[in-house]
Amino acid sequence: MSANPKIALYWCASCGGCEESVVDLAESILDVVGAVDIVLWPVAMDFKRADIEAMADGSIAVALVNGAVRSSEQEEMVHLLRRKSALVVAYGSCAHQGGIPGLANQFSREDLLRTVYEESPSTVNPERTRPALRVVEDGREVTLPELWQVVRPLGAVIDVDYTIPGCPPTAKLLAGALAAILAGQLPPRGAVLAPDVALCDECPRKDSKPVDLAITEFRRPHLVKLDPDRCFLAQGVLCMGPATRSGCEALCIGGWMPCTGCFGPTSRVADQGAKILSSLAANIEPKTDEEIVTMLAGIPDPVGTFYRYGLAASRLRAKIAEREIAGREIAGREPKP
Amino acid sequence: MSRENANEEGDPGHGGPTNGFRARIVAFFCNWCTYTAADLAGVSRLKHSPHFRIIRVMCSGRVDPQFVLEAFARGADGVLIGGCHPGDCHYMEGNYKCLRRFHLLKRVLGDMGIAAERLRLEWISASEGERVKTVVNELVAQVTALGPLGMPGRFADWDLEMKHLEAAVAGAGGGGEAVAAGPEAARGREEAVIHVG
Amino acid sequence: MTDTVDTMEQVWNEGQRRAAATYATRRLTIDPITRLEGHGKIDIFLDAAGDVERAYFQVPELRGFEQFCVGRPAEDMPQITSRVCGVCPTAHHMAATKALDALYQVEPPPAAKKLRELVYNAFMLEDHALHVYVLGGPDFLVGPEAPKEMRNLIGVIQKFGVATGQRVISMRRRIREIVGTLGGKPIHPVLGLPGGVAKPLAEADRARFAEVAKEGLEFAQFTLQVFKDVVLANPEYVRLITADAYTHRTYYMGLVDERNRTAFYDGQVRVVDPEGVEFARFPIASYLDHIAEHVEPWSYVKFCYLKQLGWRGFVDGKESGVYSVAPLARLNAAEGFATPEAEAARAELFAALGGRPVHHTLANHWARVVEMIAAAERLRELLADPEITSTDVRVIPRATPKVGIGVVEAPRGTLIHHYETDERGLIRKANLIVATQGNSARMAMSVERAAKSLIHGGAVSEGLLNKVEMAFRAYDPCHGCAAHTLPGQMGLIARLIAPDGTVVRTIER
Repeated sequence: MSANPKIALYWCASCGGCEESVVDLAESILDVVGAVDIVLWPVAMDFKRADIEAMADGSIAVALVNGAVRSSEQEEMVHLLRRKSALVVAYGSCAHQGGIPGLANQFSREDLLRTVYEESPSTVNPERTRPALRVVEDGREVTLPELWQVVRPLGAVIDVDYTIPGCPPTAKLLAGALAAILAGQLPPRGAVLAPDVALCDECPRKDSKPVDLAITEFRRPHLVKLDPDRCFLAQGVLCMGPATRSGCEALCIGGWMPCTGCFGPTSRVADQGAKILSSLAANIEPKTDEEIVTMLAGIPDPVGTFYRYGLAASRLRAKIAEREIAGREIAGREPKP
Repeated sequence: MSRENANEEGDPGHGGPTNGFRARIVAFFCNWCTYTAADLAGVSRLKHSPHFRIIRVMCSGRVDPQFVLEAFARGADGVLIGGCHPGDCHYMEGNYKCLRRFHLLKRVLGDMGIAAERLRLEWISASEGERVKTVVNELVAQVTALGPLGMPGRFADWDLEMKHLEAAVAGAGGGGEAVAAGPEAARGREEAVIHVG
Repeated sequence: MTDTVDTMEQVWNEGQRRAAATYATRRLTIDPITRLEGHGKIDIFLDAAGDVERAYFQVPELRGFEQFCVGRPAEDMPQITSRVCGVCPTAHHMAATKALDALYQVEPPPAAKKLRELVYNAFMLEDHALHVYVLGGPDFLVGPEAPKEMRNLIGVIQKFGVATGQRVISMRRRIREIVGTLGGKPIHPVLGLPGGVAKPLAEADRARFAEVAKEGLEFAQFTLQVFKDVVLANPEYVRLITADAYTHRTYYMGLVDERNRTAFYDGQVRVVDPEGVEFARFPIASYLDHIAEHVEPWSYVKFCYLKQLGWRGFVDGKESGVYSVAPLARLNAAEGFATPEAEAARAELFAALGGRPVHHTLANHWARVVEMIAAAERLRELLADPEITSTDVRVIPRATPKVGIGVVEAPRGTLIHHYETDERGLIRKANLIVATQGNSARMAMSVERAAKSLIHGGAVSEGLLNKVEMAFRAYDPCHGCAAHTLPGQMGLIARLIAPDGTVVRTIER
């Protein structure tokens, strides 16, 4: 029996990119693997759910859980891992803030059903069959997990000890966090393990970021020539940098494209989308209603741009109204007035 | 105007179409203009109503959109922002910043299913006491007609789906109501045929 | 009335209890399936004799991209849809970018196309290597019934040595750096724009990458040699590969160039029948005439099939619309490779396995290694092309957007992105036919056939169950991709039927 600390990696509503980011530790993964016992990692290892259920409570030193929570199965698994683990780390954007899957909160589950099973141009389904929670065929029963109405970050479902942000987190960030965890040198519980300052601080273009912005036009990046050295905002191109935590080494900027906000906000911000809205809007030039509205039309999709990774964690969480009907279906009663 | 009268006239929450629903309004008034006007108008009775709260800020430019979202998230049915007229801002540009944020925020609120009328921005100078009352009454009437937004209740409803699972896992199962398996019910639902006996 | 209700409740609960008791002894569940991208489970039902009656391969996850992309600016699609999958983000990114080209009716400059192809082949090479050494490959490299703790990269390293392990890891890292340099980061790159790419290639980087590409080709050939030494030289493994348990005779689909040679980045779609005869060849803009999706209530993934043949169920053969995608299918659907070493390796594969087409699912592992060689060769060609460092990498679109359809061969199969927008370029409708969906029907069939062949008299071991999993792993499925959609779930209606067939009662939950 190894004396190494046990580590579990699990994924909820995830794309697998966070898994890949662990593999991107590259050569140093051999050191990590030597120092820990990986007891769960479905992408790369054959340990099953029953193996985790059989473990003693609290016997896993750290569980790195990525992905948003949006099904009964995912909810069960995160509760299970919480019980079996001393520390649970929300790993990546989806676990942190709901991530891009959180954009589904702008729609209802019924919208999705209709789109996929009835309106998809390539789907042939005249009987309007839909996947079911339980199917019984000739005495054989198979089940599917229930999908929730609303996408949730990990912290909305279980207690989370730390967060490693990013979509995905960089290998460097992960390596630093792992070292701190294994050495027991962690900041107070609840911390996000990345620098607590905006991306502009480490951006290679920060020297060209004007003190007074005074945006005269919003330009969509595919419609204009982009200056590879100048601050995007100074060029009128939307960049989430001012409202986004640093620590990623400004990789997207390195790819000559603006920041889209995946590290989430600093600790001083409650709602990342509202913060960038505040900053961008305040810095436009116009002063009259008409001119302001015209100029703001140059931002075609504020929700998708400001809340691309954080809609599920925003103060409003999800779009309302459509969900009333769903609320009745789920609860089997009238929603509260 | 006596305090009693002001209260009755100024409070449209009674006997509305929504059975006594009293619209909860949070107002962010700038210190130099709107807050002064509110004081002047003697709307302190309104201020003391549990359904109408004034928060004094130094400038409408101080109103972070996060405040507005926070107010809605905590149960406000409407939010009112009051600042100095364009050109009169004590801090020169603050009210313009507020105006720009207001327009973009309205779009986001709309995209999130919140009616545009629930957020209102008004320029009210220190001497315009009457205007304060008019605007407040109008907003309360509009929001009352819209009905409650009730975000905390909605959050609790949405979270029922998680408790639903708890109950299911704990073994609270069994039958529900009987419904005829007509075509309407069958459409979009999977039939599971279980032979018993 | 109350009495009747109680009786009905009792009947219902009793039926449930009995069913549960029966299932407990007659059902095997593999949960979760492992060493693939995404979630899934396999439920195997045994009959009274302990033989397999039926097996279900279920995908239990969904996120809803086709819905929540509505209202988004189309130019955001390459970065949003790449989150369908973090193992193959570059595939989605590229399919989306090509769809944007079509949407805006803009032709990228030649250097931009070459840069995209460069990134794309680098990605194909390292992603295939991931499968060989980390995902499905360990089943062969370490052994299908090796202890659970060993059937993974760690086991591979233990068996082949730390030096080999480091070579694999280092190679992947350096190849991924190509994607990272040109696309900002290897996971969810940012380079794609309608009409080109964001960033040109600097000469210093080009020289460095040319060295990496040379090593990459050597590495691909090394991987082929490992495969030959470990797998093909082992008669037991060869028996496994050619076993009927892992064989299906379906149609095959892949992109080809103008000479019907396998193409990863661009081409026409070609479909061959189970005898290898061309059945269809079409530009991606007509995909709706050829590809349809079928729905089953027991899985969230939809099952692709050939529209002209129709859905005949989970059966193979010439009459059935079931087809297959990904490495083996691509080799079957094409007449060759455009690069010499890959062409030689391909010929070797077909010679050894009885000619084209090959129907043995596990041969996907071999075909995948052949494709690594093709990707590496193309990578070298592109990095030696003087135009690759041109700074003319973007054309600014001018047309009003309306509809755009783009296609690539993702590592796991043909991947299609279809967008319809308003005149401002905001998405009105999005349709994604994702690679693994092209295999989802055949995968379900493969899992069931493997289970039926391997499990008898109720005798089951952990290793045997892994052999059932191997039936899907060969396809290198990506369930994050396959389940991009969000059908949600509906309640259950149960009809209680008395022995005489009358409906006694209906219960709805």
